[in-house]
Amino acid sequence: MIDATPSGTAAKIDAGIDLAQVAARSRGYWRTVWLRLRRDKVTIFFGLLLALVFLSAAFAPWLAPGDPYATSMIRRLKPIGFPNHLLGTDELGRDMLTRLLYGGRLSLFMGITPVVSALFLGGLLGLLAGFLGGRVNMLIMRTMDVFYAFPSVLLAIAISGALGAGVVNAIVSLTVIFVPPIARIAESVTTQVRNLDYVDAARASGAGSLTIIRVHILSNVLGPVFIYATGLISVSIILASGLSFLGLGTEPPEPEWGLMLNTLRQSIYVNPYVAALPGVMIFVTSLSFNLLSDGLRSAMDVRL
Amino acid sequence: MIGYVIRRVLYVMPIAVGVTVMIFALVHLAPGDPLSAVVAADAPAEVVQQLKEAYGFDRPLPIQYGRWLWRAVQGDFGTSIATGRPVAQALVKAVPNTLILAVFAALLGFTLGCVLGAFAGYWQGRALDKLATGVAVAGVSVPHYWLGLVLVIVFAVELNALPAMGMGPGGSGAWAWDAEHLRHLVLPVVTLSVIPMGIVTRTLRAAVAEILQQEFVQALHAKGLWSHQVLVHVVKNAAPTVLAVLGLQFGYLLGGSILVETVFSWPGTGFLLNDAIFRRDIPLLQGTILVLALFFVFLNLLVDILQTAIDPRMRRT
Repeated sequence: MIDATPSGTAAKIDAGIDLAQVAARSRGYWRTVWLRLRRDKVTIFFGLLLALVFLSAAFAPWLAPGDPYATSMIRRLKPIGFPNHLLGTDELGRDMLTRLLYGGRLSLFMGITPVVSALFLGGLLGLLAGFLGGRVNMLIMRTMDVFYAFPSVLLAIAISGALGAGVVNAIVSLTVIFVPPIARIAESVTTQVRNLDYVDAARASGAGSLTIIRVHILSNVLGPVFIYATGLISVSIILASGLSFLGLGTEPPEPEWGLMLNTLRQSIYVNPYVAALPGVMIFVTSLSFNLLSDGLRSAMDVRL
Repeated sequence: MIGYVIRRVLYVMPIAVGVTVMIFALVHLAPGDPLSAVVAADAPAEVVQQLKEAYGFDRPLPIQYGRWLWRAVQGDFGTSIATGRPVAQALVKAVPNTLILAVFAALLGFTLGCVLGAFAGYWQGRALDKLATGVAVAGVSVPHYWLGLVLVIVFAVELNALPAMGMGPGGSGAWAWDAEHLRHLVLPVVTLSVIPMGIVTRTLRAAVAEILQQEFVQALHAKGLWSHQVLVHVVKNAAPTVLAVLGLQFGYLLGGSILVETVFSWPGTGFLLNDAIFRRDIPLLQGTILVLALFFVFLNLLVDILQTAIDPRMRRT
């Protein structure tokens, strides 16, 4: 899916031009995007910061000074800068730095998975609704309207609350709330493209429905859907940790930023700054995703 | 206009019904028996059967749905499984508390967002624009439950200037318009207002920037208007877009307040939801979500109609 995106966005601009020209221009397009990005210092900075967050989560077992599950009754709630515990310890005496590094694994996974699955599911539903039109469109899009009738956070909490705590349940509930907007975008693009002359021409020359979707429609849909989805990741990370914060996502003793924030909440009078640390990680990650997606969007904007 | 209003209302009805179906379906998403929270695991079969009949869980699903909906329409949301008290009673107490929080947060967030967004869009690239965009991005990226915690740490733990939790002195559940209660309002309202502030700023900035490209703006400048006079025209044109966002955001405030209410132990609907989730109290969960979702549907309808009233061009699309 990711491989298809570059040609997808390129084809969006050059819809209807012959292939050799598309190939030549698309290289030019990506070079322009890269040149624009390179000049955008904010985007570069937050992109690197994000890479750092990902790497530190990926290499947590090698970077972390301790064991994320090792408790110690005599070293509970130590402040930042305590010997051997650079960022202090939590309410069970576990090393905070270790848990913050490990916590990124679940937090990032729980934040990104719903967006990726919603990208597939929503994209598919939108394509089907747009391409088939008529009753199928009615059925799919009116169902999506019902999901739209809920404030999304409330719907995620409701589904998650009914399903019960758990990483998978949290991912499912977040996927559900991200599907409708993605389906809407995919549907509207598909509907627009479906009736264009070049699609008719393809059909007249004998292309089957699947070929038309794969070659002519998918390439147009992927661009806008992908751009929208990158913006969703930041929301998704906040909400995934928020569900854990409410006790609906990860269960103790797993290290996860939202859950750590929840359990440390009790000790803000003892050790306030350590309690705020997991939130800093969520904030930094979500801010980086937001600024990176803003930067990419303006770099990829062909109208500029 | 009246015809349009009627059409919109008719269009919303199936959506409202869909909402009720989804909320009803929540019970059946839940793993295990909805009665498991009250019935002891070793209860005799007849007792379980009796309870099932009492709660109506022995009937076929469509009938359960019909009965549930019929009662809900009359304001009877069933009995809380955990407390045995009517859900409606709990809601009557909690909804106004959430509304107080949401209305103040909306006032603060929308005002700041509108001012920042309008100026940032009008003077793009200036220092003020950079500041406003920065604040807005931070506002949409900050996990607000964490921001609440940080505010508590700074203003309650360190400075001891504002209360950390509850709605009034002594943890009382009753609201009163006095200084003590308003002091309790400050931190949760600020926390809750951050996200709408960011989103409104971003939307209005984009809308203003787009309107500035239009030719009538040049005409106004050519006529010799001061730039602040032009700004008024631009803002007027951005009004329908902003109104749509405001409506949506107010709805999100109601939904999103659950996290903030949890942080501040604010006795509103979020608190009820939290309670319902922990005690696996499905009727309470259903009732609270139903009220909030239907309110959101109604709000969207209102925004839709207001938008057409402001800008008749909308009606044709």
